[in-house]
Amino acid sequence: MNAPLIGARIARKEDYRFLTGAGQYTDDVTLPRQTHAVFVRSPHAHAKIKSIRKDAALKAPGVLAVYTGEDLAAAKVGGLPCGWLITDVNGQPMKEPPHPCLAQGKARYVGDHVAIVVAETAEQARDAADLVQVDYEPLPAVVDASKARAKGAPQLHDNAPDNTCYVWALGDKAAVDGAFAKAAHVTRLELINNRLVPNAIEPRAANGSYSRAEDSYTLYVANQNPHVERLLMTAFVLGLPEHKVRVVAGDVGGGFGSKIYLYAEDVVVTWASRQLGRPVKWTAERSESYVSDAHGRDHHTIAELALDKDGKFLAMRVQTTANMGAYLSTFASCIPTILYATLLAGQYTTPLIHCEVTAVFTNTAPVDAYRGAGRPEATYVVERLVETAAREMKIDPADLRRRNFITTFPYQTPVALCYDTGNYNATMDAAQKLADVAGYAARKKDSEAKGKLRGIGYAAYIEACGIAPSAVAGSLGARAGLFEAGEIRVHPTGSVTVFTGSHSHGQGHETTFAQVVADRLGMPIENVDIVHGDTSKVLFGMGTYGSRSIAVGGTAIVKALDKIIAKGKKIAAHLMEAAESDVEYDRGEFKVAGTDKKKMFGEVAFAAYVPHNYPHDKLEPGLNENAFYDPANFTFPAGTYICEVEVDRDTGQVRIDRWAAVDDFGKIINPMIVEGQVHGGLVQGIGQALTECCRYDDESGQLVTGSFMDYCIPRADDVPSFKVDTRETPCTHNPLGVKGCGEAGAIGAPAALMNAITDALGVKDLAMPATAQTVWRAMQNRKAA
Amino acid sequence: MAVKVSMKVNGKPVSAEVEERTLLVTLIRENLRLTGTHVGCDTAQCGACTVHMNGKAIKSCSIVAMQAEGADILTIEGVAKADGTLHPMQAAFKENHGLQCGFCTPGMVMNALEFAKGHPNPTEQEVRESLEGNLCRCTGYHNIVKSIVAGAKAMAGGR
Repeated sequence: MNAPLIGARIARKEDYRFLTGAGQYTDDVTLPRQTHAVFVRSPHAHAKIKSIRKDAALKAPGVLAVYTGEDLAAAKVGGLPCGWLITDVNGQPMKEPPHPCLAQGKARYVGDHVAIVVAETAEQARDAADLVQVDYEPLPAVVDASKARAKGAPQLHDNAPDNTCYVWALGDKAAVDGAFAKAAHVTRLELINNRLVPNAIEPRAANGSYSRAEDSYTLYVANQNPHVERLLMTAFVLGLPEHKVRVVAGDVGGGFGSKIYLYAEDVVVTWASRQLGRPVKWTAERSESYVSDAHGRDHHTIAELALDKDGKFLAMRVQTTANMGAYLSTFASCIPTILYATLLAGQYTTPLIHCEVTAVFTNTAPVDAYRGAGRPEATYVVERLVETAAREMKIDPADLRRRNFITTFPYQTPVALCYDTGNYNATMDAAQKLADVAGYAARKKDSEAKGKLRGIGYAAYIEACGIAPSAVAGSLGARAGLFEAGEIRVHPTGSVTVFTGSHSHGQGHETTFAQVVADRLGMPIENVDIVHGDTSKVLFGMGTYGSRSIAVGGTAIVKALDKIIAKGKKIAAHLMEAAESDVEYDRGEFKVAGTDKKKMFGEVAFAAYVPHNYPHDKLEPGLNENAFYDPANFTFPAGTYICEVEVDRDTGQVRIDRWAAVDDFGKIINPMIVEGQVHGGLVQGIGQALTECCRYDDESGQLVTGSFMDYCIPRADDVPSFKVDTRETPCTHNPLGVKGCGEAGAIGAPAALMNAITDALGVKDLAMPATAQTVWRAMQNRKAA
Repeated sequence: MAVKVSMKVNGKPVSAEVEERTLLVTLIRENLRLTGTHVGCDTAQCGACTVHMNGKAIKSCSIVAMQAEGADILTIEGVAKADGTLHPMQAAFKENHGLQCGFCTPGMVMNALEFAKGHPNPTEQEVRESLEGNLCRCTGYHNIVKSIVAGAKAMAGGR
């Protein structure tokens, strides 16, 4: 009998290859007769393309081909599709301008893909890219979403007047306005959720290969959902049958959302490989990632909270302008709507909520899901409002939250979601203890004695994970199902290969999922391997995003396991000459209840593959089962983060002194991996609040933060170590009781940190990122006032 | 102009025909097919390409291959024992969950190996400062710091 594996801190199975340099990332794959591609990108934010001359480039050493938008159009290559239809307040579909894989007629942002150069080596392709002569006629550009809607603003797309993609709303506006009219107190904030660049350390890469012999394609690509990539590329862009295309997303060096999408480069290298009859590889340089990866966030919001005299929340009113960039990326449209407004209840009983979102095209890189995707923006609105209201009403911020916590479940919010379970007081209690809130006053005195300012900030976040019940998503405009698939292949001697449609790009599925399977089957974890990321191996998959892997992908595996055990019982009953209903499975053994008869799992597997003594009249040989799992509801991880900062009065430098995070992720499979996910999420959230800001020049539309030297992702000495802990209220609608943990840190951190900094400074408004300069200015302004 | 360069990589003599402008990292990845050394940026900021040259950690994206003529290069592929046993620093990363996607990891380990030689019992702050030139987007550094503290101690203890 083996010790339980669920809940154990097991070192990761995948680590050995990463630690020895044996990982196989997309750029590590070099195929026979490999060629290399470089994309020619627009240096202008907005320009007419009058002509493109290829001849000089074509004559350069090693160059094999140059293709432009005209070539793709002639070959009837389609544009990139958007996977979610939002219907606007007037019942009209959102505006979906064409998104060609290589620009046609116009470039709409700096970095827009204009041509591809393919050569024998990457250096030759790079040299020749400079020789492609594009005659641009620069046009006025607009990068700010509010300005893009103003009269006289440059227009990006003919079919999107006022650059507006949609105006969308959720909630009962009249009822909300009525509640505000009667409120004892109203807190109002204007909030900017700063645009971010995801910056996975592995740049995007794609290597397309066509086999004339098989008339089939293989695309190696840094991607989070290879089956979705294949579906979108074959059915919507290239018009190919899916069985002729294999997509392999092997080791992927971080995603954070940015590798969910079907990108133009993936399509173009795949298409070009057929034209040339040779594999075509493209790997982004970091400066290219900055201009061409889908960005995150970029909201401008007016938010108001109405309270009664006792601090009970009466209503919330939110108006957001969301910058979509120049085109709609794959899931862009659902991020500032479905994944944002539905989270505005937070952990609270706010009975009335109205949210209106205006999505706007600008001359910037497309914006899509980035770690948290809508939920960090919602949490920032809710938790900055709540903290500010507490200060204005002179109520302790934790106490104000507790007065409004949802305490009975299931709970139907006014913004569509129904929370199945939670215990917000438990995570708040634990976080306050972990943060030693009781000792805060003394620490504040100490800081003051040193001439420093100290502040404390809370964020009590909630997120909707495990996306999603397909029928619900479909009714909200999703053009895809959102289930997950899994397969358990038991080998004749009893070891197991598991195929999952989830994808791991750092999350550790090869360990976590193996723990689940080995635990359920009662076998050593070494006997279980997890396979993911290859459409030719895995039956199907919707992939990894929205913290859905364990809740949806893990459940699909459990459903397949249930079928394995059910079939195993039938085989074991036959072998032991017992009634099937008397056979029980108990961690590695099929037993006949009330007797000492038993068969080991391996014996049953062997009988299934060497079926000499086998119930052939009732059962097929073999032990291999699939399952598709479509969740009944979202899952609702929640928690409380508390941070304390010290601010240098002279320089404005913020130092995070301590950070306590208590999360409720339901059941936890591997606490070590979960803690790692929280640490990483927190630092991305801290990055947003403290150091990261993607800026385009207002006039020229140039990206001015286009490298690690201008756009500061946190370094090790920018951030603290963390105190993290968990509380468990198991999810009620999946068999593992799991909720998901991948995004929590990034969702809760910005609000907690900005609440702490504004507390230290004694100011109400402060824009992210709170760089030393921003903080210093805020202190000077306060002095002046 | 093609030039011939020769050096020792992971204890073995190698030579290759490269261009004058070919970076050391390109030689390592493309000519030698040692793909454990990664490229994460084009501004010498991320440190994913860190290797040792004559015992010192360097960013292999920041020198041309010709500068390494005659040098002794160690890449991540040469760190574990010949029988596959992890080096104590690698083992510490595994035990402390100091890696997630693994892309920055080779550079982190190569940098940590050099740091640990001079810091057998480092403080957390010293480790954080030593990571100034290595970026990680997954771990939030918390467990990398723990790993390097543990790995340095293990190396000093002769494990």
